[in-house]
Amino acid sequence: MATLHTVNKSPFQNQTLISCLGHAKAGDSVLMIEDGVYGAMQGNAMSEVVAGMGANVKLFVLGADIAARGIDAGRVAKGIASVDYEEFVDMAASHDRVQNWL
Amino acid sequence: MSEVIKKFLYVNRKAPYGTIYAQEALEVVLIGAAFDQDVSLAFLDDGVFQLTKGQDTKAAGLKNFSPTFRALGDYEVTKLYVEQESLDERGLTLDDLQDIQYEDEDDDYEEKPSIIVVSRAEMANVMADQDVVLSF
Repeated sequence: MATLHTVNKSPFQNQTLISCLGHAKAGDSVLMIEDGVYGAMQGNAMSEVVAGMGANVKLFVLGADIAARGIDAGRVAKGIASVDYEEFVDMAASHDRVQNWL
Repeated sequence: MSEVIKKFLYVNRKAPYGTIYAQEALEVVLIGAAFDQDVSLAFLDDGVFQLTKGQDTKAAGLKNFSPTFRALGDYEVTKLYVEQESLDERGLTLDDLQDIQYEDEDDDYEEKPSIIVVSRAEMANVMADQDVVLSF
């Protein structure tokens, strides 16, 4: 009974990603999209928080939104998988529900 | 059409007047109430500010929609989950919120509180128990 959570806000802008990670259950998936992809980068002030709070969930990032923002794929933190739009659709279909954190 | 009742959760995470999210959520809840589903509302993060009592929007020239929360019971929307940690972080207690009640038709129309204060972990369980989660 897993949930797919999407986050579309930068963690430097507000607490949305933190709140999402604080409510996601073990085994849930969290997909960072749009400005949310800044939460998937390594080596910034949020990286350790995201890695720590996200330890029990599966973390994903939408590759198209990473590319659109000029972020090299190598800057995505370890353990965060990049997915394309087709995989996003598959994930939405394979989870029991989708919760969008706005 | 089979009458399948689904569990709908409306998630409120934004303060009431800075953006239109809170008012729009309430509109959608009222529209959705016509479909006889199992509806709950969640208030967390800045969403808890939506429920404060004593809102007076006259001087600001805004529509005060906070009394509408007290009408939800008439639409059989009787479960308003409020997160304790979100209240604590903002220096609020249950006393700062409106007294929202509903009449329990299965219990001689006794008035009962609609607000259910839950921990963050309990809120996570409420969210994971839904068929549909709509965020505002």
